[in-house]
Amino acid sequence: MVPLSWYLILAALLFSIGLFGVLARRNIIAILLGVELMLNAVNINLVSFWRYSDVFSMGGQVFSIIVFAVAAAEVSVGLALVISVYRRRNTVIADEVDMLKW
Amino acid sequence: MFTTETFASILPEILILTIGLLVLIIEPFWKDEQKRNAGWLTAGGLLIAVAISLLFARPGAPVETLGGMIRFDWLGFFLKMLFMFAAAATALLMMDHEQAGKRGESYLMLLASLIGMNLMASSADLVMLYLSIETASIPLYILSGFLVNDERSTEAGFKYLLYGAISSTVMLYGFSLLFGFSGATDLYEIAAALTSGGTPLLAFGVVTLIVVGLGFKISAVPFHFWAPDVYQGAPTPVAGYLSTASKAAGFAVILRLFFIAFPEFSQSWTVILAVFAAASMTVGNLLALPQTNIKRLLAYSSISHAGYALIGVIAFSQLGAASVVFYLTAYIATNLLAFGIVMAFSRITGLEEITDYAGLSRRNPLLGLMMLAAFLSLAGMPPFGGFVAKVFVFAAGVQANYTWLVVVGIINSIIGVYYYLNVLKFVYLYRLPGEDEEKRPVPLTQPYMIALAVLALGVIILGTLFGPFYAWSNAGALNLF
Repeated sequence: MVPLSWYLILAALLFSIGLFGVLARRNIIAILLGVELMLNAVNINLVSFWRYSDVFSMGGQVFSIIVFAVAAAEVSVGLALVISVYRRRNTVIADEVDMLKW
Repeated sequence: MFTTETFASILPEILILTIGLLVLIIEPFWKDEQKRNAGWLTAGGLLIAVAISLLFARPGAPVETLGGMIRFDWLGFFLKMLFMFAAAATALLMMDHEQAGKRGESYLMLLASLIGMNLMASSADLVMLYLSIETASIPLYILSGFLVNDERSTEAGFKYLLYGAISSTVMLYGFSLLFGFSGATDLYEIAAALTSGGTPLLAFGVVTLIVVGLGFKISAVPFHFWAPDVYQGAPTPVAGYLSTASKAAGFAVILRLFFIAFPEFSQSWTVILAVFAAASMTVGNLLALPQTNIKRLLAYSSISHAGYALIGVIAFSQLGAASVVFYLTAYIATNLLAFGIVMAFSRITGLEEITDYAGLSRRNPLLGLMMLAAFLSLAGMPPFGGFVAKVFVFAAGVQANYTWLVVVGIINSIIGVYYYLNVLKFVYLYRLPGEDEEKRPVPLTQPYMIALAVLALGVIILGTLFGPFYAWSNAGALNLF
C-alpha cells in the first residue's frame, strides 16, 4: 500500500503550485484557478487522512464533500464578480483594477 | 435524537430563514417605490426573532446538538442576539440607500450572511466551522459588489472575494492537517487528542495556517489589506456590517477554537497573536492619521480596534474572554453608529471626505451630537461604551502579565484620539465656505432616525449601565472553561 506521506506530499505540492499561481498570475481567472488547486489539495489531504485512520467514522469524507460544495459556490460568485468587473473596466488583469488605493 | 434542545439551539437561524423567505416571496409583488419596505420587514422580523429567542430558546447548561455540530451555550446565544441586532440596524440603514435599498436581494443576502455568522458563533466542529464561515462570507462578497454600475463597488466586491477565497483556503488547509493529526473534527475531541501527544512544531504550523483565515475575518495586520479598499467601495451600510458583525463573528470563532481546541499550545499561539495585536494597533492607527476619506479612516480605525480586542484573547483567561465579548458589544454599537452617520450624510450630500463634514453641527445638530458620541466612544472616552470596553480588555492584559502589550495599546489609544478629534473638529469648529449651513440642512429619514437613535442610546448605556451586559459576557466566557 502506498504510504500516507506520499499523499500528503502530493497535497502539499499541489497546494504550493496553487499558491504560486495565486500570487504570481495577473489574470483574475488564473488566480481563481489557483484557489481551486489549493482546495483540491485540501481534499486530497482530507480523504487520505480518512482512508488511513478510522474508516468507519465519516468525518473526513463529509468534510471533503462540504469543501466541494463550498468551492463551487465560491467560484460561481467569483466568476459573477469577474464579469461585473469586466463590464465596467473591460479587463480581467488584476493589476489594472486599481481605483481604490490609499 | 431530536429533542426540544435541538430545536431551541437553531431557533434563531430558523426564524432568520423564515424572514428571508418572506422577503423573497413578498418583494416581487411590491411596486418599485414600495420595495424599500423589505427593510422594515427585515428589521422588524429580526427584532421579533430576538424577542422569541430570548423567551423560548435561552440556553441552560451547555449541550452539543445536531450530532455535535452546534454547541448550545450562553457565549453563542449572546453573540447571536448581538449579530441579529446589528443586522436589523443594517437593514434600516440600507433602506434609503439609492440602489441597494430597493432590491429584495440585498436584504436576503444580509440575512443569509447573518445565518452564517450565527452558526460561526455556536459551531463546535471543524466541518460546521468552515461551512458557517463561508456561509457568512459569500453573501458579503455579493453585497460588497452589489452596485454593478459603480466601478468602486464592483472592485470592492472583487477584491474582497480574492482575499477572502485565498485566506479561507489557507485556513482550510490548516483544518485538514488538524483533522489528520487528531483524527477528529469535534473541537473537544481534537483538544483531547492533542493533549495525548503531538509535536509542538506541527501544531505551531497548523495554528499559523488557521490564523491566516481568522486574521482576515477580523482584519488584523498583516491580513488587513482588503479592509480599506472594501469599506470604501462597498455600499456604506454593508461596510458598517462588515466592520462590526463580520469581525465579531471572526472573534467568536477565535475564542472557541483557540480556547477549546488549543489550550495545550497557549504558549505558542498567544505569542503569535500578541505580535499581530501590537502590529494591528500600531499600523492601523498610524495609517489612519493621513486619511482624507472618512470611510478609509474608519477602516483603519477598525483594524486598530481588532488589535485592542485581541489583547483579551491573548490574556487567555475568563476575564479575557468576557472582556472580548464586551468589547465586541460596545464596538458593534459604536461602529454601526459611525457608519450609519456617514451613510446618512453622504446620502444627502454625496460626499465622503473628512473636510466635507465642516459645519455639520449646524446643518443637523442631532447628527453632530451622535457623531460626537460615536467618535468619542471609538477613541475610548467616558461615559461611552468604548471606554469601559477598553478598561476591561487592558485589565485582562495586565492580569495575564502582558503589560508591554497594554502599554502599546494605551499609546495607540492616544494616537487614536488625535484623528477622531480631528474629524469632530470639522463637525463642530469649522463652517461651510459660505457660512449658510441653515440653508443646506442634512435631514434624516425615519429609518435613520430610529436606527441611529437606538445605536446612540446603546453606546451611552454600554458606557454607564454596563453591569448586565458584562454579566452576560461573563456568562458566555464561563462556557469556554
